[in-house]
Amino acid sequence: MTYNAGQYDVIVIGAGHAGVEAGVAAARMGAKTLMLTLNLDTIAYMPCNPSIGGPAKGIVVREVDALGGVMAKVIDKTYIQMRMLNTRKGPAVQALRAQADKALYSNEMKKVIENEENLTIRQAMVEKLIVEDGVCKGVITETHAAYYGKAVIITTGTYLRGKILMGDLEYESGPNNQRPSINLSKNLEELGIQLVRFKTGTPPRVKSQTIDYSKTEIQPGDEEARAFSYETTEFITDQIPCWLTYTNETTHQVINDNLGLSAMYSGMKRGTGPRYCPSIEDKIVRFHDKPRHQIFLEPEGRNTEEVYVQGLSTSLPESVQHEMIKSIPGLENAEIMRPGYAIEYDAVVPTQLWPSLELKKISGLFTAGQINGTSGYEEAAGQGIMAGINAARKVQGKEPIILDRSQAYIGVLIDDLVTKGTNEPYRLLTSRAEYRLLLRHDNADLRLTEIGYEVGLINEERYRRFTEKKHLIEEEKRRLNKIVIKPTEEVQQMLNEAGASPLKEAIKVYDLLKRPELGYADIEKIIEKNDALTDEVKEQVEIQVKYEGYIKKAKEQVERMLKMEDKKIPEDIDYDAIPGLATEAREKLKKIRPLSVGQASRISGVNPADISILLVYIEQGNIARTAN
Amino acid sequence: MMETDTITAISTPIGEGAIAIVRLSGPEAISIAATIFTGKNLHEVESHTIHYGKIIDPESEEVADEVMVSVMRAPKTFTREDVVEINCHGGMVAVNRVLQIVLDQGARIAEPGEFTKRAFLNGRIDLSQAEAVMDLIRAKTDKAMNVALKQMDGRLSSLIQRLRQDLLETVAHVEVNIDYPEYDDVEEMSHEMMRKKTKEVHEEIQKLLSVAKQGKILREGLATAIIGRPNVGKSSLMNTLVQENKAIVTDIPGTTRDIIEEYVNVKGVPLRLVDTAGIRETEDIVEKIGVERSRKVLKESDLILLVLNYNEPLSDEDRNLFEAVKGLEYIVIVNKTDLEQKLNMDEVRELAGEKPVIATSLVREEGVEQLEEAIRNIFFAGEIESGDLTYVSNVRHIQLLKKAAKALEDAMEAIELGMPLDVIQIDVTRTWEFLGEIIGDTASDALIDQLFSQFCLGK
Repeated sequence: MTYNAGQYDVIVIGAGHAGVEAGVAAARMGAKTLMLTLNLDTIAYMPCNPSIGGPAKGIVVREVDALGGVMAKVIDKTYIQMRMLNTRKGPAVQALRAQADKALYSNEMKKVIENEENLTIRQAMVEKLIVEDGVCKGVITETHAAYYGKAVIITTGTYLRGKILMGDLEYESGPNNQRPSINLSKNLEELGIQLVRFKTGTPPRVKSQTIDYSKTEIQPGDEEARAFSYETTEFITDQIPCWLTYTNETTHQVINDNLGLSAMYSGMKRGTGPRYCPSIEDKIVRFHDKPRHQIFLEPEGRNTEEVYVQGLSTSLPESVQHEMIKSIPGLENAEIMRPGYAIEYDAVVPTQLWPSLELKKISGLFTAGQINGTSGYEEAAGQGIMAGINAARKVQGKEPIILDRSQAYIGVLIDDLVTKGTNEPYRLLTSRAEYRLLLRHDNADLRLTEIGYEVGLINEERYRRFTEKKHLIEEEKRRLNKIVIKPTEEVQQMLNEAGASPLKEAIKVYDLLKRPELGYADIEKIIEKNDALTDEVKEQVEIQVKYEGYIKKAKEQVERMLKMEDKKIPEDIDYDAIPGLATEAREKLKKIRPLSVGQASRISGVNPADISILLVYIEQGNIARTAN
Repeated sequence: MMETDTITAISTPIGEGAIAIVRLSGPEAISIAATIFTGKNLHEVESHTIHYGKIIDPESEEVADEVMVSVMRAPKTFTREDVVEINCHGGMVAVNRVLQIVLDQGARIAEPGEFTKRAFLNGRIDLSQAEAVMDLIRAKTDKAMNVALKQMDGRLSSLIQRLRQDLLETVAHVEVNIDYPEYDDVEEMSHEMMRKKTKEVHEEIQKLLSVAKQGKILREGLATAIIGRPNVGKSSLMNTLVQENKAIVTDIPGTTRDIIEEYVNVKGVPLRLVDTAGIRETEDIVEKIGVERSRKVLKESDLILLVLNYNEPLSDEDRNLFEAVKGLEYIVIVNKTDLEQKLNMDEVRELAGEKPVIATSLVREEGVEQLEEAIRNIFFAGEIESGDLTYVSNVRHIQLLKKAAKALEDAMEAIELGMPLDVIQIDVTRTWEFLGEIIGDTASDALIDQLFSQFCLGK
């Protein structure tokens, strides 16, 4: 027997990194939103590494911010260390990474949720979805509460039928001994949703006071103040370093001797783990001739002694973990506070989703985050905000927002998931983006603020500042294009100081800025200063001018891609009725049901001839419609 | 990608009929044809008219073929786009060359059935024909794939695969530096390493392209001209070569000219003795048209056989001939050694420099073996094995190789400019993709796979 616990527009199951973005976005867009979490003390909890950002991932955090999400602002308030990565490389691959204070991050996010209008948060275990005629209408909890909603977003992370594995120990559990979600997983199967078993793992945490840091190398944060959010104006200056040490042959011997005891190597059939974050036992087996592996010691916060041993993810028995830790320089006397473990969980096969993250099979039901087969807090947040936006828009009767591959890493991520699927937990890498030069850390706002504003997540004030910035960039580029400088002594001196060859004839400043050795700061010395410009604007002008040729080339490719994206495939298309399609292509197309010819062309097994046939078939339909 | 670019293909059945047609369709069809056509300005001619002229390769300025070009402007064409048809007369060799030139000018090789598909998409074909179009695309694709597979030499595909693997490892190296900036297992990729790698692969591609040229020569024959003053034995030389080697005489009547080409196979080297009609009449082309112009004609030959008379002193005309062949591939033949020596051989050797000088008596059939040996040596000089010569023959392959080379050149330029490696890598990846198209491998996950198998990454 259930009781009616209330009616909402959007219900979000889970309050992890996907859930909070989804809930906040939906609420801020005016939807009456309910969030249900297993434990109110673990909102936006980080069960694995205490860090946010990194290559590609850091750019996602910027994108979430530009769209009006919360992750960037919360980490900006709670980091213990911030670094810009790849500073010696091009602008396209630079990215921020913060070491987080886990507890503070979680607390801060809880405040955001609690203070959000339109947003109700409640502790509850959802066991069942209310689905009628293929439409999701609400959820039922284990306490028999029936919540009704027009859209439901599942963001249950690794909790679905979660199982922790450590040596011969195995038990049903969510991450960090939270309760697993067993019945919801069963319910999804009953509803005909295809699930897949994935696994991931986490390393042991050791006590800081028992580490001999003198045997390790310090890894400090950047001196320059940095922030993820375009809106952050206050920066944390008191930073805490990380430390670097290495495994050695003794460590590897310990692992090899005990390989049979690893939960993952004991011969049992297990879920698929990601190649990009293998356990230490995986690394030793696959790269056996590597004499040592890096181990980063990362503090989990300001008010805790716990230190995350990055690089030592494992499912070996606790006793072996002690031995492993003792073999590592600096950790000889380290006390393990929490052992590492592997966790297996159910994920939804993501090709069952539309690019809006709504399930094809059940209208009004969305999934986002690790449940879709991804890994990482940032990937979860990126999906979360899109699911939140699209659920709210569905309630409002509006078309979903779908970011394409040239607009955002979030677009790449979702397109990969729903078009190609994944056979291991999916992690974003810069190499997954074909228009990487366009998807930069620095221009996330230029790419996405407009969309955030349109959907109602960016307020007027922020939008005004944004348009002002955009205007200044264009104005300055125009100005630089008009200034011609001559090879005067002052100019030659500046070039000399910058290590650039001297000027032979007069040149536009705009073109001078294209020289690799020169930055805006150098150029500024020889032209009239423009006091209206912020550092951000100057940086943007420099990048846009310097890489103009490459950016143009990329944009041409994008245009060709978009032409195919614009060729929409009718939703009611019957692939069986199309003669000439290869069998494999037909099966794939029926399963994925791509929205556009462009998306269809990215499905593996659909070749150019199939695309040609598809185009002809669609056109035939268009002609028929016109004729009618 | 579709319906906006200009496509081209040979639209007549391969190997059937003396005349073959290269068809272009798309917005650039007329301007591409106009750039490579000498004759009337094709931009200005009326629609649905046909014009005589020559197709010139803008890079080498060589004449590829004498042709008739018809210009048909949109929309009253098969595809409803601007269409140009180049009617070639010179057989398959010339057609392929014309197609290659058209592609070099920016046209794209048409996919199977693409002209028909465009016709349909532009509303030229009615609804009832749509299914037929789809069948056609399928049938043609399957056929084209079979043909392409057959044309693909096993050694070519393994070489391409090796180059791709090289590039992939390089790209993965750059990627691992980007995605795992703290990973200390590999040296940070440097501009110097990148320069070395791109140069290596570029050289290999260039070698393939030059082999492609040799491959073309193998199929077409080495264009060989026999020159010399009247009565030095040019006809005898030709007859000797032909008789010795059981010539295949082809008679290809064009509408504008009649040429007889003699194909002979000299020790594995196919020679195409060109303009033999002229030679038979013992008219000396240098005499007739002057040194400057004859040089241009001679430049189109791959090999020149310069014949002198042992029985006469070196004349100014002979010296002009030496002047005309300077810098070209030639062999000096001193004929009539059965007669009294009146020629100053020292002077001849000095003029010939490093080029071979062969003494013959064609009436006594002396020196022929040495001559054939010399021809063989010229052709097989260098590292090219005769077996490798069939490597790249498919026009599409050559086009993709050229694109790959161009992309690498862009990367090399960026290296010199000191661009960041992740930017340089864009063009290296493109090279890898172009090479992949040759062997039909466009799997985009290969890089990610490479990344994780090459490097030990993790948390």
